[in-house]
Amino acid sequence: MSKTNSINFVVTIIIAAILSQFLPWWSVMVAGFVSALFFNLKRAATFFVPFLAIFCFWSIYAFIMSSANDFTLAKKIAVLLPLGGNPYVLILVTGLIGGFAAGIAAIFGNILGSLVRK
Amino acid sequence: MKYIKLIISFVLTIVVFYALNTKLGAIPPIGKFLNPAGGVWQNETNEVLDGNVNIQGLSASVTIHYDEQLIPHIFAENEVDLYKAQGYITAKHRLWQMEFQTHAAAGRLSEIVGSDALSYDRTARRRGMGFGADKSLEKMQEDPEVIAFLEAYRDGVNSYIETLDAKNLPVEYKLLDYKPEPWTTKKTALLLMYMTKMLAGGDDDLEYTNMLRKFGKDRFDLLFPDFYDITDPIIPKETDWSYIDVDITKTPQSELPQDTISQTIEKPHPDNGSNNWAVSGAKSVTGNPILANDPHLGLNIPSIWFVMQLSTPNHNTMGATLPGALGVISGFNTHVSWGETNATRDVLDWYKIKFKDSTRTQYKYGNDWKNTNVRVEEIKVRGAKTFIDSVIYTHHGPVTYDHNFMGDNEKSGYAMKWIGHTGGNNQRPFLALNKAKNYEDYVTALKDYTAPAQNFVFASTDGDIAIWIQGLFPNKWKGQGKFLLDGSNPDHDWQSFIPQAFNAHTKNPERGFVSSANQHPVDEQYPFYVFNDGYETYRNRVINDFFNSKDTFSVNDFKNLHNNNYNLKAAELLPYMFKTMDVSSLTSEEKEIYNQVKLWDFNNDIEKLGPSIWRAWWYKLYPMIWDEFDSETEAMTSPFAYQSIYLLTNQPNDPFMDIMETPNKENAHDLFLLAFKEAAKELLDWKATHGEYHWQAYKATRVSHLLQGLPAFSRFDLPIGGDASIVNATSETHGPSWRMIVEMSSPPKALGIYPGGQSGNPGSMYYDNFVDDWAIGKYHELNFLPNATSTNHIMATQMLTPSN
Repeated sequence: MSKTNSINFVVTIIIAAILSQFLPWWSVMVAGFVSALFFNLKRAATFFVPFLAIFCFWSIYAFIMSSANDFTLAKKIAVLLPLGGNPYVLILVTGLIGGFAAGIAAIFGNILGSLVRK
Repeated sequence: MKYIKLIISFVLTIVVFYALNTKLGAIPPIGKFLNPAGGVWQNETNEVLDGNVNIQGLSASVTIHYDEQLIPHIFAENEVDLYKAQGYITAKHRLWQMEFQTHAAAGRLSEIVGSDALSYDRTARRRGMGFGADKSLEKMQEDPEVIAFLEAYRDGVNSYIETLDAKNLPVEYKLLDYKPEPWTTKKTALLLMYMTKMLAGGDDDLEYTNMLRKFGKDRFDLLFPDFYDITDPIIPKETDWSYIDVDITKTPQSELPQDTISQTIEKPHPDNGSNNWAVSGAKSVTGNPILANDPHLGLNIPSIWFVMQLSTPNHNTMGATLPGALGVISGFNTHVSWGETNATRDVLDWYKIKFKDSTRTQYKYGNDWKNTNVRVEEIKVRGAKTFIDSVIYTHHGPVTYDHNFMGDNEKSGYAMKWIGHTGGNNQRPFLALNKAKNYEDYVTALKDYTAPAQNFVFASTDGDIAIWIQGLFPNKWKGQGKFLLDGSNPDHDWQSFIPQAFNAHTKNPERGFVSSANQHPVDEQYPFYVFNDGYETYRNRVINDFFNSKDTFSVNDFKNLHNNNYNLKAAELLPYMFKTMDVSSLTSEEKEIYNQVKLWDFNNDIEKLGPSIWRAWWYKLYPMIWDEFDSETEAMTSPFAYQSIYLLTNQPNDPFMDIMETPNKENAHDLFLLAFKEAAKELLDWKATHGEYHWQAYKATRVSHLLQGLPAFSRFDLPIGGDASIVNATSETHGPSWRMIVEMSSPPKALGIYPGGQSGNPGSMYYDNFVDDWAIGKYHELNFLPNATSTNHIMATQMLTPSN
């Protein structure tokens, strides 16, 4: 991982963590966007670095919330969605959804950032 | 090129945002829903039960002790504070349910679930549910104290709603992506209407009208007698009614309209019912009266009940509350205990309306034309246009059926006359019961109760037991309202009501016990018109036989009776079937099933095969007997089980036994065999896919989430026996929604349990923690605290404090 990639990864998580306290779910899209605006990424990393950052942030956050409560609700939601009743799959899906949203927003941020810098 | 990429990536971002932020079909807005910082993961927690909460408008601090079952024990300085706290605490655990049930009552489900609920909502509006709630709120305005309590409750609920932000909304709001609206006093009135519809919203008048026209009076009376040959009424037969000095309404000389009706609105579920009973001190092992109640309602989660202790310096009450209504509904206080069963009575009639012309502004009444009113019902539909349904009102009530709804004639319709539209202050009686100290207080409390009529059982520490059948009942002429009535004939109106003092009741009867199980309230000697409107004929006899079987009873006997699985219905038919059925044509597989059911002891226990065979057999047999009434063009109903079995065993060659579509002439004995063969086939098929058909698996009792029975939030295949018509009245979806036993020692000792849990949050360990114990017939002790300083078995304490 290059230095910019690492910085983007860390900054995305920090922005997302801060914004999540007072903005709705799309704060992760803002985090991916803003971070990519300032820390320009290349090729596949444009999507995957913020994707991975938010994937980690959401899935770890979800795991912490749920494991403290014996996955009581996660098991039920994993029936509802339906994910075979497996809470870990639900956590995985949570990470994927958040990561995907952040990654797409980051592509937009990346393109906008490079245009502005020119 | 750069700009094209920019635009594409921007559009893509917007699309992703929209897709993850929007509810798509049944899928919640998935980004919002799965966000760990605000979505469903935030509900993955038990409730916060301690600390201080500031509540506006409290006059003093309120203490809430939570015991290990998450039962709140509320200690307030006065009643206004008490009901404010009740509103707050109930909302804290059950907000979504409170709103959902009252939306259902008001016919507003389409607002949250979309057009799927439109027909449900239209039916609710055409029943006049909102109209009835307005009427009862009008009536309650005459009682400023009750209005003050309703407002305190409302403010309590709203104080809780104000503490919510998007992230701590109950799960169901996140799933359906909507927000709670403020609670109102009307919502409490709507909840009471919800109960009235559930318990007193049934009738078969239109079906009976079709059947009377088609088969004639003699045949109809054979199928639907006013009284059965056996009646074991709630009020003992030997009761002397000579004190009643008001006459039954005289039957007018008139004709009934003989219409053909093709379809009717949905009826309340026939398995709604209840048991209650009490034994006197003399009949109790300890010398203290003992009382029990188990209302059989839909087995839903969150449960219709929420257990609470409600206390002020002047009274101390505990028991089952209805989220949305004030006070305890089935419970006890320091001095008395009480419980309800449904007092089925015909309080819903239909009147044929003849409009003057298609403008429908006037209808015929006597020799004149009377004006109609219009109530415009605006049904908001999520994701679609608002549906406007204008319902015409006559002096009888709403014209439910007209050319816009299940009818086709522009100039006529059927108006509903329903006790639910009369307007009643049905919150006050419960609040008065909560504070009752003796029999006199109980009688006074009940006086103004109108609907849904209930059999109120009572026991006191003074040693009294009683039961009053209380509701507002029209004094009908014999036969009035069994069939469609003529809305233009003033003689067909309800002429008067039975004076409240003449409602049937009994206090300290000689036999030493009182009981009710939705059976006939009285026998033919009662001077007012009562006919069999779906009265239960089995549970009551098992209960009364039990209390006649020995001298004294204990709490343990009460538990056993709640859990009694004896199937009297099967016991009254099966031996006759064994005797009269020709078994020579049975295959070896069928013979094996036949032998299994022959060995059965008539107890619907979970491990037995007999109950499943009986069920399969009876479910095949019953429609074969009554194939005459299976019609697409005319709404009809079938006789009740008791009369069906009476005819099978006493008139086996009656023409009704014949299956019309076969060339042969069948009698009852032929039907037994035909039904048995079909049942055997079904059981064998069932066995091939599910394994052995023992009763637990075959019946498959479930407790279903209120929202369309979402499987993720429901419980299935519970290990509980019984069935409808059995004292343990647990069918697939209905059963003892609350079981309570109270011994009237000082202070009273009580047991209670219901299939659910105190928390409405599926993420809480208290969401369904009572279900398993309930299924196996266990009870929990109700921790009746003497005062706020007692902390016996208390796990957390929260203070509600006045905010300045």
